[in-house]
Amino acid sequence: MTHTQKRIIVNNIVMFLSTMSAVIGIGFLFWILSVLILNGVDALSWSIFSQEGAPPGYEDSGLKHALIGQLMIVSIATFIGVPLGILAGTYLSEYGQKSKLAETIRDISDIMMSAPSIVIGAFVYAIVVVPMGHFSGWAGSVALTIIMLPIILRTTDDMLQLVPSTLREAAFALGAPKYKVIIQVVYRGAKAGILTGVLLGVARVAGETAPLLFTSFNDNFLNTDMNEPMASLTVTMYNYATSPYEDWQKLGWAAAFILSMFILSLNIIGRLFLLKKKGK
Amino acid sequence: MSIIIDKLFAHVSKFIAIAILLLVAWIFTVLLQNSMASIEAFGFDFITESKWAPNLEKFGALPAIYGSVVSTFLAMILAVPLAIGVAIFLSELAPARLKSPVGVSIELLAAIPSVIYGMWGLFYFVPIVRDIFGGIGISMLTAGIVLSIMILPFMAAVTRDAMNTTPDILKESAYALGGTKWDVIKDIIIPYAKAGIIGSFILALGRAIGETMAVTFVMGNVHKISTDLTAPATSIPVTLANEFTEADTELYYSSLFELSLMLLVISFTIISIAKFYFLRRKRTA
Repeated sequence: MTHTQKRIIVNNIVMFLSTMSAVIGIGFLFWILSVLILNGVDALSWSIFSQEGAPPGYEDSGLKHALIGQLMIVSIATFIGVPLGILAGTYLSEYGQKSKLAETIRDISDIMMSAPSIVIGAFVYAIVVVPMGHFSGWAGSVALTIIMLPIILRTTDDMLQLVPSTLREAAFALGAPKYKVIIQVVYRGAKAGILTGVLLGVARVAGETAPLLFTSFNDNFLNTDMNEPMASLTVTMYNYATSPYEDWQKLGWAAAFILSMFILSLNIIGRLFLLKKKGK
Repeated sequence: MSIIIDKLFAHVSKFIAIAILLLVAWIFTVLLQNSMASIEAFGFDFITESKWAPNLEKFGALPAIYGSVVSTFLAMILAVPLAIGVAIFLSELAPARLKSPVGVSIELLAAIPSVIYGMWGLFYFVPIVRDIFGGIGISMLTAGIVLSIMILPFMAAVTRDAMNTTPDILKESAYALGGTKWDVIKDIIIPYAKAGIIGSFILALGRAIGETMAVTFVMGNVHKISTDLTAPATSIPVTLANEFTEADTELYYSSLFELSLMLLVISFTIISIAKFYFLRRKRTA
């Protein structure tokens, strides 16, 4: 066998192996998605949305408590996290720029983004749950806000930097003060990008479970008081799935299906926004 | 008037940005404060002691550390070759028509929350491991496998991005000299993208160490060091997820905080190494 033949054979083997890796990767995606759809659609029914949790064995139990709890915890986290994140990102891009302080904040937020979320849960437990004396929806929202902040901050920073500086200069030349330039010119130019960051940030925290285990805890019944322990889809899913009762496990699958469809669509919508922007 | 608003806007946004730094410092302080009781009671023995017995007020973190290290190691062994393969496929091999849908699918795989990986692992993977390797299926091995699937898409996507930064002209020159695709990949692309690829692996390692829900379902939370991979085990995050709400004494509670602190320090260190040594170049680009 000549040297060239050998190289071609090795080449073909490697190409085959990497194609197989991609097939395996995609295979897992389809496996997980089909498991979710098969079990999820099977478990979906109207009572899922209209009924609260019930002890195992009861005919109509649903996820209303978890859906509403999840919605409240995540929206409040979004409400606090998004404006703070956007403002901090604005500082980095418009004021701090390449200064030492801004660079340090960027580095620390990047590291924060990959920090284990269960540790954030422990932190919030110590600063919110212990002083309050009990688990609460607020504590859950605070934990999610902390996880969301660095994501929003970094995407805002990146997106604002993409706005061409000639736009800012033109507005300054007209005599506009800096805050007006930022709000009316820079934000407008980066709108799609910031929105994408927000969508991805929300998608990311909506799937968080670990930090909620000991902050918002759980509740098997409907509760809309943020001062009390509150159900979330993710913690409910964890509790139901690890329970030995088949009807609870079924509800767990329904929760998993609803949640992943929500998160996947947020991701897809976010991507479409970015694509549209690039296309311009 | 607008000068005041201008100043206000600048100062408020600066204050919030600085608050992020203070927040990180605050997290470390709070975890350290809450760990003090355990640090004083056990000192360095906390790390080397393998007995974890809440009823006896005896807490040693060795089984959890061991579980974290072994499950992460397993996950990396399985995921690294797959991730390189997927990245090669996506950056060099896939026809243009397939590149984007396959790439997006892999990225969506990364967006699925880890609690769902855990649930899928419990119902679909545990039985398979039980049938093939014996034991009860809830084990270190299952945890390692589920973890590897969890970090695969992230690693593959970042590795692909690193590979894509190779200038076309370098690749074209190598092809012009008669290189096969594999020659070009191993002699041009991989050396060129080396820092980025290693960085992405270390970053994935950092995530795997802190990953909680994907493994909590399938690991078992048994505080025992066993060389048998099919035996149930525990890890630092699994212990935290299972026992945090159960802690009924100060020492128990404080030991769990010491575990959290250790986890945070470990992951900060790993992620910083990845960022500062390997992914630095990205900043200037």
